[in-house]
Amino acid sequence: MIRKLLCGAGALGGSLFAATTAFAQAATDAASSASSAVATAAATAAASPAAAPALINLTKLSAAAQTAAEATMLNKGDNAWMLVSSALVLLMSIPALALFYGGLVRTKNMLSVLMQVFMIISIGSLVWVGWGYSEAFTANSNATLAPWVGGLSKAFLKGVDATTVAATFSNNVYLPEYTYIIFQMTFAIITPALIVGSLADRVKFWPLMLFMVLWMTFVYFPIAHIVWYWAGPDFYFASIGQPGTPLGDGGFMFNKGALDFAGGTVVHINAGIAGLVGCLFLGKRIGYGKEPMPPHSLTMTMIGASLLWVGWFGFNAGSALESTSAASLAFINTFVATAAAAFSWILCDQLVHGKPSMLGAASGAVAGLVAVTPASGYAGPLGSIALGLVVSPVCFFFVGWVKNKFNYDDALDVFGVHCIGGIVGALGTGILAAPSLGGQGAADYSKFPYISGTDPHNAYDMAHQMVVQATGVSITLLWSGIGSAILYFIVDKLFGLRPSEDAEREGLDITEHGERAYNY
Amino acid sequence: MKFIIAIIKPFKLDEVREALGALGVAGMTVTEVKGFGRQKGQTEIYRGAEYTTNMLPKVKIEVAASDELAPRVVETIQQTATTEAIGDGKIFVFDLASATRIRTGETGDTAL
Repeated sequence: MIRKLLCGAGALGGSLFAATTAFAQAATDAASSASSAVATAAATAAASPAAAPALINLTKLSAAAQTAAEATMLNKGDNAWMLVSSALVLLMSIPALALFYGGLVRTKNMLSVLMQVFMIISIGSLVWVGWGYSEAFTANSNATLAPWVGGLSKAFLKGVDATTVAATFSNNVYLPEYTYIIFQMTFAIITPALIVGSLADRVKFWPLMLFMVLWMTFVYFPIAHIVWYWAGPDFYFASIGQPGTPLGDGGFMFNKGALDFAGGTVVHINAGIAGLVGCLFLGKRIGYGKEPMPPHSLTMTMIGASLLWVGWFGFNAGSALESTSAASLAFINTFVATAAAAFSWILCDQLVHGKPSMLGAASGAVAGLVAVTPASGYAGPLGSIALGLVVSPVCFFFVGWVKNKFNYDDALDVFGVHCIGGIVGALGTGILAAPSLGGQGAADYSKFPYISGTDPHNAYDMAHQMVVQATGVSITLLWSGIGSAILYFIVDKLFGLRPSEDAEREGLDITEHGERAYNY
Repeated sequence: MKFIIAIIKPFKLDEVREALGALGVAGMTVTEVKGFGRQKGQTEIYRGAEYTTNMLPKVKIEVAASDELAPRVVETIQQTATTEAIGDGKIFVFDLASATRIRTGETGDTAL
């Protein structure tokens, strides 16, 4: 996951040598033989402190040398998969999440939800390119801040071009940096979009947009840095113990060994707790608990949930960053955990309410997707099924009982499904990653090629891992909970977050956007 | 002439329309309506939030008929729209003062 345009001195030499050899062979053979030869060189370079990584810009190499170096580092299959995955994750936001949420609100607020999601996606993308990518995925030159937030060295994509690369999980396997930026952009924009479900029916458009820009800047990007940033397998291990990076060139939780494959903490707990704080801050919708507020179209909710399921394969399997068996594992885990969770939710429906509901099936599927997100690359398929079976009853209890008991109006259950499901998933990952339970153990990225598999040299310590997972959950809850509260307060003082009572009663479609969702 | 308003279950509409057509009724007006009677509402549950709807969807049929035809219209609607369960609806009959066909200006039974 490095975003630097770096090549270890040793690795570069190795790759040039290997590439030269490879060029003598048939083109089809070249890639595989070259990459294994380079791998050895790269691993040696990474392991040896003498071969300290040096910053070398590929653009400064001669054209031939640059081509040769790239040929061994970039894999067309990886790049194709990651671009497809990125598009799938965008599909999760629009239309999937927008329809899932939109179907759940009343007719008069349908467009407001669609618009909020659509424009968070649009504005968020600009923020990501502006400073988000740099803030999340670069090293910070300030050693104190480095574990918590990235620097601004790549603000507005400074220094990034079609020749720069970003690390994957395997030594000397890179993605074009643009691909990595695009993939991570889709995560950065869906996360704030998740929050709007809590605020639905009662929030003004422009103040919400301002809140989301601030939230990404002060909450999402730092959390992404804390959990996901690392210098990549070629440089991370050499960076441990170096001045400025005593624990390694990575985020605080990454250095601690937190397992969050695709964003259980970064995306779901993060957005879920921000949603809870938001619905408490805004207060209940007018008429909540007195007037019926049934979903206006469960048909759209079903379409949205189904597209979320499809898009989530890009989210989870794409998070392998390579088109390898790790992606296949994440794919099947995502599939079966979701199926199990949809099933266990409608069982709860049947037992408690006497009928299996469509909304229950859709909610269960989303809860399963949320829970398996951090586990998808570490658990096994049967462990993922267990996770899916467990998460729905927990979320069912939160949306059906806890919400009523504590009387907060989390309109579309962002907290109950995403935050709670995310916590179940984050903690469940610590359990299910254990090789004794069919999991993959702690990943050892210093080996090449990185494949999902148990590391016989490092016994998996579940108790330790659970402490780490719980730490990650706690940091996210605190950072996002407190940060969101401050940001809601500031935006509310400046512009007011809640529409007037009349506007809320009339519906946000007309009062905020001047349109109706349906004219017939 | 009589003006007949029947409130029936929505899924019985086609059956009633066909039966009235066979009887010689040349037209009717149909409206989707909501209301309540002795049939209580339905309970809907969305993620644990229970809503009792006390207004149920029905279909309202309006038919104008000659004095001779009217009793058979009422009888036919009653026989085709019944499920012998609560909530089958009601039939109301009014005296109709006049009827005019807008295209021709005909009045009375010939306008029906």
